[in-house]
Amino acid sequence: MWDRNQMVARAAQELQDGWYVNLGIGIPTLVSNYIPAGIEVTLQSENGMLGMGPFPFEGEEDADLINAGKQTITELPQTAFFDSAQSFAMIRGGKIAMAILGAMEVAENGDLANWMIPGKLVKGMGGAMDLVAGVGRVVVVMDHTSKHGESKVLKACTLPLTGKGVVDRIITNLGVLDVVPGGLRIVECAEGVTEAELRAATEATIVG
Amino acid sequence: MKKVYGSAPAALDGLLFDGMLIAAGGFGLCGIPELLIAAIRDSGTKNLTVASNNAGVDGFGLGLLLETRQIKKMISSYVGENAEFMRQYLSGELELEFNPQGTLAERMRAGGAGIAGFYTRTGVGTVIAEGKDVKTFDGQDYILERGIVADLSIVKAWKADPSGNLVFRKTARNFNPPAATCGKVCVAEVEQIVPLGSLDPDTIHLPGIYVHRIVQGQHEKRIEQRTVRKREAV
Repeated sequence: MWDRNQMVARAAQELQDGWYVNLGIGIPTLVSNYIPAGIEVTLQSENGMLGMGPFPFEGEEDADLINAGKQTITELPQTAFFDSAQSFAMIRGGKIAMAILGAMEVAENGDLANWMIPGKLVKGMGGAMDLVAGVGRVVVVMDHTSKHGESKVLKACTLPLTGKGVVDRIITNLGVLDVVPGGLRIVECAEGVTEAELRAATEATIVG
Repeated sequence: MKKVYGSAPAALDGLLFDGMLIAAGGFGLCGIPELLIAAIRDSGTKNLTVASNNAGVDGFGLGLLLETRQIKKMISSYVGENAEFMRQYLSGELELEFNPQGTLAERMRAGGAGIAGFYTRTGVGTVIAEGKDVKTFDGQDYILERGIVADLSIVKAWKADPSGNLVFRKTARNFNPPAATCGKVCVAEVEQIVPLGSLDPDTIHLPGIYVHRIVQGQHEKRIEQRTVRKREAV
């Protein structure tokens, strides 16, 4: 089974040289720590920035320079700033090659739920609905099961959707699955996880 | 034509009324019109609908207007950082219209650009699409979203000249330009007012035609998530 860092490092293998990429808030943000050598990607932050740099050194924080998670960050020589309308124009316009996002639930038809739990947790979708509707490829990074051991990789989502049929690839602590016609296809199992264990932890239909 | 006012209350004088729709710039606490928000609180104007990506935090930004119950309804994409907001919403005291972030930005841009509505793929097949017109273009479904025209826009910029030309700084630009354009009247608070001619016309982010009143002031510019890295040992 992969720990969080291994999962994030696996997600970083999805990056291709020259891509513009958006990393979601939380665990997906950590992908930037594992960008493979020789691969150059430009990170987009949907609050209005291309070319996101690392966190600042202590004492160099700038209140006017934050990422979509509201964390202080830095700029790079290639950085460009723009307003929110332009930011989402490039997202909806298909200019961003890939988004790596977190999920509460994902389904075998590519449905994604990651923005609210009715009556309990009301945070909002932020830019996630625009991202899944607009970017070239959507990769989800998530724990395979809930704290209670229930599968979060489902036949159908139970929570309000972020997007319908939008997920291309799912990376969990147990392995990697692709959304294909008829269900999910196992791409690889995490270290120390057997295919039988991966199947047992997955409610969704596995094809092939 | 005099656009420069001496204080935030003076800059809002005559513009506020109960039940009005206000569009506000800012993302999280970055680039929010903090002085104008405080002045709206002091004015006591109520039953406000506020279109803003976020709702501030407890005790700062739009959180101030939530505490005083001056806001009746928020139009936002993300409200996760505000406990008072959550409490009022879950108890039914506050209305909330969730808009995907890009849809909200484009609704403001469209409203300011004379576009009554636009079709977008964002939100197709989700609760966001409920009750909205769906049209198929080139085999893909799109939903109709309306432009927003606000009674008043409040924004924050870095620099202004006396004619209202604005320059923003780094990611504090965010929703400020689209919010500014969608108001029937726009008031901008800035860190500096510089003399006419000192801004390079090629570097102006928002032309003064969109900005009716300007006020300069001291900004707290609170940081929401201070995140740093360690210096490598030398």
